Amino acid sequence: MTTYSFRLYVAGTTERSKAAEANLRFLCDERLAGACEVEVVDVAERPDLAEEGRVLATPTVVRLAPPPVLRVVGDLSDHGRAAAALGLPAAPGPPEERL
Amino acid sequence: MTMDGSTAIERVPTGIDGFDHVALGGLPARRSTLVSGTTGSGKTVFAVEFLARGILCFDEPGVFVTFEEAPAGIRLNSASLGFPIERWEDEGRWAFVDASDVLTDEAPAVGAYDFGGLAARVTYAVRRTGARRVVLDSLGALFARFADAAVVRRELLKITLGLQALGVTSVVTAERPGEYDGVTRHGVEPFVMDNVVVLRNALRRGRRSRTLEIVKFRGAAHRTGEWIFTIDPAEGIVLVPPAFLAASTGGRASTVRVSSGNAGLDEMCGGGLYRDAVVLVSGPTGMGKTLTALRFAATAAESGERCLICTFDETREQLLRDAGGWGLDLRAMEASGLLRVVSGYPEVASPEDHFLRIRRSIEEFAPTRLVVDTLSSLERVVSQRALLDFVIALGALLRRDEITTLLTAAPTGHAVPAGVSAVTMEIAGLADVWIMLRYAERAGEARRAVTVLRARGSAHDHRIREFTIDGGGMRIGEPLNGVPHVSTGNADPTALWPPSARATDRPPG
Repeated sequence: MTTYSFRLYVAGTTERSKAAEANLRFLCDERLAGACEVEVVDVAERPDLAEEGRVLATPTVVRLAPPPVLRVVGDLSDHGRAAAALGLPAAPGPPEERL
Repeated sequence: MTMDGSTAIERVPTGIDGFDHVALGGLPARRSTLVSGTTGSGKTVFAVEFLARGILCFDEPGVFVTFEEAPAGIRLNSASLGFPIERWEDEGRWAFVDASDVLTDEAPAVGAYDFGGLAARVTYAVRRTGARRVVLDSLGALFARFADAAVVRRELLKITLGLQALGVTSVVTAERPGEYDGVTRHGVEPFVMDNVVVLRNALRRGRRSRTLEIVKFRGAAHRTGEWIFTIDPAEGIVLVPPAFLAASTGGRASTVRVSSGNAGLDEMCGGGLYRDAVVLVSGPTGMGKTLTALRFAATAAESGERCLICTFDETREQLLRDAGGWGLDLRAMEASGLLRVVSGYPEVASPEDHFLRIRRSIEEFAPTRLVVDTLSSLERVVSQRALLDFVIALGALLRRDEITTLLTAAPTGHAVPAGVSAVTMEIAGLADVWIMLRYAERAGEARRAVTVLRARGSAHDHRIREFTIDGGGMRIGEPLNGVPHVSTGNADPTALWPPSARATDRPPG
């Protein structure tokens, strides 16, 4: 099974940052059965990485692997749209219950 | 700073030619100023200059946050203005925060977000360079990229507050939909509304005319109204009249007299012209204005001094030929390095560019005399107000350098019978000496008449004298008696007639 790799840029330990991380981890468990790596970068601590990644909005999630590289902005609160935007496989079970 | 509420707002001089004069010192310190304008109005140039002149003139590092143009393009466009941005980047005095990346354009938004990434990057760049100045250029691109305008406005407000907390002075640029509607396209104004500068690039009388207006500076004084500016390929933004006014040292007045080039005129003016005088010679075509101007120029060369002639009526060749007809060898004067002729029809450049060209010629050539023949030609391409600004501005520079100046004016358009147009009247009010040439009717004959209507600081001849023109030039003759005084329209008569003149010419009662 392909291992997915994500980098999540957040700004400080705010509610929004926590929500984004929780939502991303939830999607990893649900759609990828945990076969994923999540690296969280706090731009307040590592502005150099924010600069390098050209991050404007936070939270921003970047799918580093597998290719193509995809970016999504926001706290990923809409799981269905977030999964689609990040190119994750379909969720098990009837989709209408999940949307 | 005082505690009684009359706190003077501290200013940060931009270093932009003429702007600080209009802004009475510069932009409000540690605040954001919105610079808005339509596409091509010069917003980015203003922003680039604010940072670059900060480094050049005040040794203040800067951060350029670009949302639109890539840094490579900005570096390239700035090189022609003599701003070595790349070198400054290497020296750690200039940093880009590149938010122009198209990568982020395509990122869809799912759920709530803020601009924490941008804020962190700007803060990082400011700390890294020790920046005192920050530019955000331009907000329009952000609104195009993020669908929720309310979020963008809220986040931009946070960023500007963050910049204030960092103690930096910033310029934020934004688009305007039209020259005279609203301040910005996206309702950006509420969050930086404290300080607003509008750049315009409007079509006026069929020509592009750039103006700058300070719409508001919160709690800070500034000059009002639209100021004409140009974007010079080498000098950047130059606000024309203030750029000249800034050169004025004021107060000083020369007591040295020089010759006008005509002994009769010198006598009428009370013994020659003061060295720092601005002289207006008005009269209809064919009266001898250009002849007077050329004699004035030749006198400089004869005494080993330099004269600059700017002619808007003729080509250089035509002027040389006409001068030859009066026995003046301008070519020889040019060859000796004592004369320079700058010619060009008014229509070939904007009035602001004419100003700059004259100023540059004055700086390069350092003349002791200047001739502008005729000022009226500029009326074809410039508004009356702009022409007056031109004269005021030129006058300030010329007085500082004690350059004796002769301006000629001919009636254009709706001239009053005496041959003095409204704008000439206004210009005359600014000149130190006003010599009027006109036709006077006497015994059924049209005679040429000369009057010195004004000669500031001199006891001059108030009589109307006849004059003739022959191969030797203008010869001033006897007073013409019985000729009615000049009709001067509806202007304030006190501006025309010094008290002494009224006393002499009009017997009491």
